[in-house]
Amino acid sequence: MKLAICAGTATTGKSALLHHVIPRLQRRGWSVAFLKIDVQYADEDERFARDFSIPTRKVYSGDLCPDHCNVMVLGDAVQWAEKSGADILLVETAGLCLRCAPYVDRGLGIVVVEATSGMNLPRKIGPILSLADIAVVTKIDRVSQAEREVFRARIMEAAPQVRIREVNALHGIGVDPIADAIARQPDIDAELTLRGNPPVGTCTICVGKKTIGWQSHFGVVRALENQTFYRGE
Amino acid sequence: MANQASIDWSGVNGRGGQLSANSPLDQGGHQQSVIRQVSIIGGKGRDGLHDAIDRLDLNMGDVVSVVGPTGSGKTTLINDMELFADGDTPTGRRILINGETPPEVFRDDPSRNPIALITQHTSFLSDLPVDVFLHTHAGIRRSSSREADELVRQTLDFANQLTGEPISLSSSMTELSGGQTRSLLIADATIICDTPIVLLDEVENAGINRSRALELLRGYKKIFIFVTHDPRIALLSDYRIILRDGRIADVLKTDARERALAPTVARFDDVLSDIRDRLRQGLRIENFDFGDVA
Ligand SMILES: Nc1nc2c(ncn2[C@@H]2O[C@H](COP(=O)(O)OP(=O)(O)O)[C@@H](O)[C@H]2O)c(=O)[nH]1
Ligand SMILES: Nc1ncnc2c1ncn2[C@@H]1O[C@H](COP(=O)(O)OP(=O)(O)O)[C@@H](O)[C@H]1O
Ligand SMILES: [Mg+2]
Ligand SMILES: [Mg+2]
Ligand SMILES: [Zn+2]
Repeated sequence: MKLAICAGTATTGKSALLHHVIPRLQRRGWSVAFLKIDVQYADEDERFARDFSIPTRKVYSGDLCPDHCNVMVLGDAVQWAEKSGADILLVETAGLCLRCAPYVDRGLGIVVVEATSGMNLPRKIGPILSLADIAVVTKIDRVSQAEREVFRARIMEAAPQVRIREVNALHGIGVDPIADAIARQPDIDAELTLRGNPPVGTCTICVGKKTIGWQSHFGVVRALENQTFYRGE
Repeated sequence: MANQASIDWSGVNGRGGQLSANSPLDQGGHQQSVIRQVSIIGGKGRDGLHDAIDRLDLNMGDVVSVVGPTGSGKTTLINDMELFADGDTPTGRRILINGETPPEVFRDDPSRNPIALITQHTSFLSDLPVDVFLHTHAGIRRSSSREADELVRQTLDFANQLTGEPISLSSSMTELSGGQTRSLLIADATIICDTPIVLLDEVENAGINRSRALELLRGYKKIFIFVTHDPRIALLSDYRIILRDGRIADVLKTDARERALAPTVARFDDVLSDIRDRLRQGLRIENFDFGDVA
């Protein structure tokens, strides 16, 4: 199973991007499953199931940070995707707290940022950008070439090791290399580990436990199937 | 990061050591003499019909106009060029440089990109002062930052020759008027990018001094591609690419008769510009002599 996690704040163009990525992967013969993690509303699962006839799921994180929620449910989700016969699991998550990042080792981390978001954005969003493998810059049709180039420089300055790809996610221009990168990704390991260090805090994720799956955590946790519940003494 | 090795985008973001290795450099530390030709390999229009050309070669020094009604696909055509389309845009067109598929590094490293595009945008979204923006852009378009101050100065000077409302280095990009924005875009493309291929999208609608812009641009030997409704620019070109329904419907070479007409059209244009300026300044139009023009 290959895994790609696509993160970024609301309306940056994650769904628009994946809407062009999925058919490109299908044309190369891959079976794709899709999981959407959002705080309180999402309809991408229904849209993608209808448009591409693929297995899709969504989970509302509610009181949890979506990235924390991701840590809890991703283990279950990989099993679900495997059972549905998929070779690639695509996860779309609205990284909100900007202190953590949802990427896991051996999964491709894609952060989506919009060219229209202002030149200081790359300095503001922290690990969701710096821990990603690829930064996808959307809405390049809305700004001048000069602004695109300066925005790219700002990303390189904040996250020098992250590859940058500019796309028009509305028309699918520039999307091929992103589908290629997902297809070239190695399979994930049985045990998934969160990339980077979560922020200081009091829950088991917050105190730095990086193993994926609610079974490894205590306190307020959640499974893919259930609402949040308390686990522990 | 463990898995980065698996993404093989050689040269992405890699402005480092490989930059100057084998590119012929001019005095600015800036390669450009290598580009001789850009070619458009035909795709299809919105109606699915093939472009009227299989391949169109534009050579160094050519001035080309792209004409057609609004919505006919003019901007889309020059966007194809700027993106080095490789069958991956809605038109299915492909762009070759010197007869070959352009290397990825053209897209990924602005300092190696041989194309500058002056878009139709009449406002910037960048929340930076003009000064910081231009310095950053000069730093990434040119390998040496030694000359950045001088480039920024020249760029501002160029822009201020095109707009009646002078731009100051401390103004914020987002505050600039439509005319100031377009003037700065043209100056940035010409001085900072200084690429062998320049694409301009409807510069005439910009509220800028067009005659001065053409005069200044003509001082550079480049491949110029103007998207235009302006008869003066169209007649000054070597070719006109005609767009219809998203499709390249025809390519016309400017003939001798049209060339002979160009100076008269230019004089008309100057007279009209002059009248327009006077009206704008609140002056009266009196005793105008059209005899010389017609
Ligand atoms: N012009 C333009 N609009 C885009 C682009 N990418 C996304 N959008 C629009 O931005 C809005 C939000 O996109 P969406 O994919 O739903 O964002 P998400 O919340 O990150 O999933 C939609 O109206 C998209 O059509 C782009 O590259 N160019
Ligand atoms: N060859 C094509 N195939 C599909 N869509 C096209 C094609 N050419 C143009 N379009 C679409 O037609 C619309 C108008 O094109 P545009 O390039 O903006 O026109 P113009 O600049 O001439 O006013 C755009 O939405 C563009 O995406
Ligand atoms: Mg979405
Ligand atoms: Mg246009
Ligand atoms: Zn968090």
